[in-house]
Amino acid sequence: MKNMTAQRSKNLVTHLFLILFGLFFLSPFLWLVSTSLKPDTELFLWPPKWIPSTLMWSNYPDAIGYFPFFTYLRNTLGITALATIGVLLSCPVVAYSLARIPWKGSKPLFGITLILMMLPYQVTMIPIFIVFKKLGMVGTNVPLWLPAFFGAPFYIFLLRQFFMGLPRELEDAGRIDGASEMRIYSRIMLPLCKPALLTVALFQIIGSWTDYQGPLIYLSDESQYTLMLGLSSFLTQHGAEWQMMMAANVMITLPIIVLYFVVQKAFIQGITFSGIKG
Amino acid sequence: MAANDNVAGTVKTVRAAKRGSSSYERKMSLYGFLFALPWILGILIFSAYPLVMSIYYSFTTYSILDPGQWVGGGNYKDLMADGTFWISIYNTLYYTFISVPLNILVGVGLALMLNTKIRGQGIYRTIFFLPSLVPAVATTIIWLWLLNPQFGLVNYWLEKIGISGPGWLGDEHWSKPSLILMGVWGVGQAIVIYLAGLQDIPQDYYDAAEVDGAGTALKLRHITLPLMTPVIFFNLIMGTIGAMQNFVLPYTLTNGTGSPANSLTMYVMYLYQNAFNYLKMGYASAMAWILFLIVALLTVLIFITQKRWVHYQGKE
Repeated sequence: MKNMTAQRSKNLVTHLFLILFGLFFLSPFLWLVSTSLKPDTELFLWPPKWIPSTLMWSNYPDAIGYFPFFTYLRNTLGITALATIGVLLSCPVVAYSLARIPWKGSKPLFGITLILMMLPYQVTMIPIFIVFKKLGMVGTNVPLWLPAFFGAPFYIFLLRQFFMGLPRELEDAGRIDGASEMRIYSRIMLPLCKPALLTVALFQIIGSWTDYQGPLIYLSDESQYTLMLGLSSFLTQHGAEWQMMMAANVMITLPIIVLYFVVQKAFIQGITFSGIKG
Repeated sequence: MAANDNVAGTVKTVRAAKRGSSSYERKMSLYGFLFALPWILGILIFSAYPLVMSIYYSFTTYSILDPGQWVGGGNYKDLMADGTFWISIYNTLYYTFISVPLNILVGVGLALMLNTKIRGQGIYRTIFFLPSLVPAVATTIIWLWLLNPQFGLVNYWLEKIGISGPGWLGDEHWSKPSLILMGVWGVGQAIVIYLAGLQDIPQDYYDAAEVDGAGTALKLRHITLPLMTPVIFFNLIMGTIGAMQNFVLPYTLTNGTGSPANSLTMYVMYLYQNAFNYLKMGYASAMAWILFLIVALLTVLIFITQKRWVHYQGKE
């Protein structure tokens, strides 16, 4: 009996803390949505008003009219699709070679992969920019997706760990039957690592969608801009029209949050898997 | 059972036979190489060559427009005399040394609370995780509005409890704390990793401790926290590397200026300005290598302290 009351009061304290912190994490979202639906006359009220007197749904189409939203959307989708196809084609093959094919190069190559995961992006950023500049590709979106076709250390690491966990017998059976390595890979091993591939695809989709630094460096013509560049130039051009900015913000952030809810499980798995289970 | 043993036996024989044959080994080497070829090319084109060139550029005045001149250690010497360089180092270390421990504290604390059998766990988890999905540029816009000194929600709440709020991002003394606050908002991904770590702790340990009469505090101190140290260690390393390279938030918050009074000029931002605004690619390359050294040094230091505080299961 005494134990139960103690447990209950402990739970109460936990709830209290979680609610307090929860408010800190949640209220910016509520404020974002609230502001995006306000008439401009209610933006600067003091005390702030949570629920607008009229819900200005028109802020959303208006915000779209403020900047070439659909052009930026198309650009972003194009880069995201190409980069995702790139990592899905390149990374699992390499990971398979590192994890399952007995050859001399696999160990040193894995070591290099680990080192490259630690290397700051800034160290190679400038020479890679100069190479693309010399190739005449600065100002196009090619530098934003082409490298994905040559593998990315983090995804290769993640997929290798996954391949390592699959039973040896699978490919031995294939080899006894005389199947080629390519066939064993594409027919037996690749279908088995669908969950890991989904994780990689998700990371890349979010990575490309939210990338700011890459487009900032490589794109100069506004017709080439991505949503993130559009959003930041929206900020510099219409900084005082908070309701429009928040409407644009919701439209650009929402797809990622929806994606999260659709594939929540794979997401969490991916994060923990990449974090410590390696 | 017998059939399985048989198959396993055959497989072992076949494997042994194949290992012995050099034609098999040659075949595997070829396949291994071909499968890894995209990445081998990737390393050569996007890592090895740029690394060599980056070292070379750091000793020149390369600027894209002109091939530049060999200046030896000139860039490094100029950096030592560059006031903005030192300000950016100070800002970056300030940010890193406060935000990384703070994020670990908040992250572990919230993970511990979320790990108790409590109602609405799923809702809490979602709430804490969501902000880490918000793109950095979007985060910037949300917080610029929340931290607005005149009309922002934060100062309104502070006023309600009798505190007159500061100018936040507009005040050079409060701009870095603002940035740190925004970082805490994105702690959700780390919480997920801590939670996974917590769920890996065997229940037996707690059962045994309870038999010995240990209370909540003792269990936390002698079981949970020690067994969490590998995960905390991982987050400490990744957090430090990430914080040292913080770019998008300070850049978009200040439209690339680092204002007020350079208080938000972070190291990587100043590197970017040198490379792409002033086209001092050689100078920026030298900065990149100094960054690499600082990050490597911090990582090594954390690794050295590892023996003192990181406990690995089954290694004691």
